[in-house]
Formats: sequence, C-alpha cells, structure tokens
Amino acid sequence: MTRVGQLLRRLSGMIASLLGLSVLIFVISRVLPGNPARLALGAMASEEQVEQFAAEMGLNGPLSAQYVEYMRRLLVGDLGQSLQTRNPVVEDLIAKLPATFELISIAFGFMIILGIPLGIIAAQHRGGAVDNATRFFAFATVSVPSFFVGIVFQLVFGYYLDWFPITGRLSSAYGDEVVRTTGFMLVDTLLSGSFAAHLDAWAHLLLPALALSFSGMGQVIRITRSSMIDVEGKDYIEATRAYGLPSWLIVNKYSLKNAFIPTLTILGLQYAWLLSGAFVIEIVYSWPGVAKYGVQSVLTSDVNAIVGVTMLVGVVFVTVNLIVDLLSSALDPRVGLAGDKR
Amino acid sequence: MSVVGLVIVFAIIVAAVLAPYIAPYPEHAGTFTDFTNAFEQPSLDHPFGTDDVGRDILTRVLFGYRIALTLVAVVLGIGVPIGVMLGLVAGYTGGWVDTIIMRITDTFLAIPPLVLALAIASAFEPTLEIAMFAIASLWWTWYARLARGLAASQVDQEYVQAAKIAGASTPHILFREILPNCLSPLLVKATLDAGIVVLTGASLSFIGLGVQPPRPGLGTMVANGTQYLPTEWWITVLPGFAIFVLVMGFNMLGDGLRDLFDVEVEQ
Repeated sequence: MTRVGQLLRRLSGMIASLLGLSVLIFVISRVLPGNPARLALGAMASEEQVEQFAAEMGLNGPLSAQYVEYMRRLLVGDLGQSLQTRNPVVEDLIAKLPATFELISIAFGFMIILGIPLGIIAAQHRGGAVDNATRFFAFATVSVPSFFVGIVFQLVFGYYLDWFPITGRLSSAYGDEVVRTTGFMLVDTLLSGSFAAHLDAWAHLLLPALALSFSGMGQVIRITRSSMIDVEGKDYIEATRAYGLPSWLIVNKYSLKNAFIPTLTILGLQYAWLLSGAFVIEIVYSWPGVAKYGVQSVLTSDVNAIVGVTMLVGVVFVTVNLIVDLLSSALDPRVGLAGDKR
Repeated sequence: MSVVGLVIVFAIIVAAVLAPYIAPYPEHAGTFTDFTNAFEQPSLDHPFGTDDVGRDILTRVLFGYRIALTLVAVVLGIGVPIGVMLGLVAGYTGGWVDTIIMRITDTFLAIPPLVLALAIASAFEPTLEIAMFAIASLWWTWYARLARGLAASQVDQEYVQAAKIAGASTPHILFREILPNCLSPLLVKATLDAGIVVLTGASLSFIGLGVQPPRPGLGTMVANGTQYLPTEWWITVLPGFAIFVLVMGFNMLGDGLRDLFDVEVEQ
C-alpha cells in the first residue's frame, strides 16, 4: 500500500475513534440521574423555566433526536453553556487550555532532560550500581501516585525549604502588571516586560511540572537504556570503536541518533499521557487549567463541560498519537504506520 | 527484585485479608471518633499516628488495602475474561467480527482511562462501587487487543490446524487450544495492570469520585489529610506511601514474571 493510502487509512481510523468516543460520551452524559437543567437553575426555578432551559440545551425529546442535535452542535463546535461558569464551554476551554499546555510542555521538557541522560548513563554502566539505582528510580516513578509526588514536593520544597510557591501560576503581586495576551504565563510575563514576573512564573511552574513529569519518566529511562544497549551491539558501532573514535563521540553522534527512534515514539505517547496526569496535578497545585476545569465539571455534574473536556482530551490524545506515528515512520522508513499491523 | 515484589504483594494481601484480626484498632476503620487522641504523631501505640478525629492510621491503611485489592480483583475479574473472550474471537475469526470488536476497543483507547472513568463516575453518586464499575467498564479493551494479537499469531500454527482438521468446535479451539498458549503474556499483563488499577482507583478517590469518607480509601485518606499540612504530615504522607509500596510490589513482580516467561507486553 502506498504512503498516501496508509495515511488516509490511519486518518479514517482516527475519525472513526473520535466518532465512537462522541457516541460513548453521549451515552454517559444522558445517563445522568440528576436533571441537569434543574441543577443549573436551582431549586427556585419554576417548572416552565426548567422545561425551557432543557429545550435550549437539547435535553428534551427522544434519545435519537437528542443525538442528532448533540452531533450537530459538536460538529459546528457549539458545546453549549457551562452550568457552573455560565460561559460557553468553548470559551472556557480556550481560556484554560494555555495553562494546561504550558504545564505539560514543561513537564515534557523535564522528562527529556532527566529521562534520556539517565537512560544513557544506565546503559553505559550496564549491570553496575548506577544501572541498578536508575532501574529502581524508574520503577519508583511508574509506581508512585502523581498526587503523592505533588504533595511531597509541596511539603519539602514549598513548606519546609520554602524555595517555591505551592499553588497557582503567578504571585498576586504581579497580577496587575502582567497583561494576559497569549494565556501562556511564561510568554505573557515577557511581553509585559517584567523579568521578575517571568521568574515568578517559572517558580510556580517548576514543582507541578516536575511532579507531572515523574509519571512518564520511568518509561523514558527504560526505553532509552534498552535501545542504547541494542544499538551498541550493532556492527557499525563496533566499527567506530575499531577506528578508535572516543567513546563520547560514539555515544553522542552514532548510538544516540539510532537509539532515538524508539525513544521518540515513547516520548510522543507520554506527551499525550501527561494530559491525563494533569487531572490530578492541577488539583494538587490549584492550577487553573483544562484538567482542573474538567474535574470541577465532573464533581458538579456540569454536563456540557464534561462533554467538552472529554472530547477535547480525546482529540488531543488521538492527534498526538497520529503525529508520533507519522514522525517515527518518517525517521525510519522501515517502520510502517501503526494502523498497518492489523 | 521480583522476589521482593512477590514478598511485598503477598504480605499486603495477607495483611489485608487478616485486617480485622491483626489491625491494632479494628473499630477505627469506620465512623469511630476519639477527639482526645486526634493528631497524635506516630508512636508505639499508633505506628502511623492518628488522624483528625483520632483514628489509628495504620488500621485504616490496612483496611484501605482491602479496598484497593478488592478493586483490583473486581476490575481484572470482569475486564480480563470479557476482553480475552472478545479478543480471541476477533483474532481467530477475523473479518467483520474482528473489525467491529476492534473499532469498539479503539474508541475506548482514544482517551486516557482516568479521564473516561471520571466521566463515567460523574453520572452517578460517587461511591466505591461506582468507581469499580467505571474502571471495569473500560479495562477490558487492553485485554481484547492483547488477546486478539495472540490469537491471530496462533491461527496458522500446526496445532490449531490439526484441531480444525480433527473437527474440533470453534469454542474448543479458542479456549482449549489457543488460550492455554496465551496465558503467560496475559498473566504478566494482569500483574503489571494491577498496579495501574490501584493508581487509577486511588486517583479517583483522591479527586473525590471514589471511596467516600468514613470508608478508609487510601486516596480518600490522602485527600483528607492535605488540609492539615505541613504540621500533621503523617495523615497524608503515610497512606500515600502505602499506595506506592503496593503498586511498586505489583510492578516488580510483573517485571520479574515478564523476564521469567520472556514475553513482550505493551504497557
């Protein structure tokens, strides 16, 4: 099958998954035992008001008609109004997305700058004490609940050592100075020309991002280690060694490049998983992002917001996975697109 | 390391089963209050200290392990058989049956399990049972995928062909011939998964959609303790550490089994 054919198949699979997800979420959201319209308007509202509100939200009529209405609205990007904030859900999501992407991107950075070197070091000291210590650390990171890591970091680096603030994105002192243009605090503080506020934004980011990065760190360490070991046994690496090239050059120039393909795949998948970890970390650090918004909507049975957040997570998740497939197949032509294995 | 894992998991299972007999203060597992002994630091009387209403935290951790292990048993007890059955059928028969089953699993895999479990749990009153149902209802998908791959790889094996020619029925071939040859990857996957189920359940409880107070869910206890940080740290930290130890045990055991059986399992 040609590349284009593969790509089209993969894309159609992705769209089918998302369609399936929309059906699944429709089923979940309409099983809600509470009356969402009543919940939104409060006990004081009259029956007519509740009826009218339910009609506006597309909550009346037979399920089939409700589904058609639900899909129509999803396709035009109309997610309705949040019962909690009274804003259109789409507006809420757009306002809160930058905070979440900033958090998971910095966490992703930590995963790379800590995970990959640890994996390489472990591979170079295979079987030794360093390797074992790294292995234990990798195990620990996949075994520890992220909320626990978050809390311990707050306790140690926030309360006891008092190095970092423990909640929020920016100290209130800078609240007026910084103009929200992009929603990315690191960018906005620079645009506002306040370097002090910029550093403050970093200080707020470091703990939650580091705690979040732990959830995927173990995987990155282990895959880097095993692919480095894999590559080092290859003939062309033996050849560079026979030429007498220094080992730092072999590692950095020859091994790493080839060992990086499996690592890249895992890294990409981890980026999507960080979004899941954010649902816990944003709660621990009162981080005003999409995940915290999602949790609040879940706790208050805010149907429209739940549908919006879950669809958004699904779209991001599926898209990132597709991009990872495309990248690793572009880097290594021997790798087909994942959909072909079927 | 895998032996350590086995010891940890075994010890915790025994302690959880025997919790009503070995816990220092079994009555503290529920609504018990004793405000004169609230916020006690860890001591000989209370090795993990006491919480905001004077309950012994070690006792509650042991009962919390009961809840966590029950969750694992229910989720895997429902998810593994359903997933394996669907996966074997899909992989063996192929065609449109395969397409339909795999399309459904793809749908579930299009979103992280924690997020989907949150959405499902949101439709009901939050309880442990709902959390179990929410997690179990989506956990079968990984086993369906794994079993499908295993079955598809076995279809052309000689022993399957021989059974076919001998006139064996499809269920016989699936469950008596193919399944026994797929057990080790499934066992490894289930062991590694047990840890992830514990983490998912603890996260749901931490967020407030799982075990509700006064039941001693480990994640619930951590969430409840955070309001007393940093001074009364043990109320939060020790139950959190208890989750870590159990999951670590499952992961070390699963990793050891993976090496032992020499199988590749995607995580």
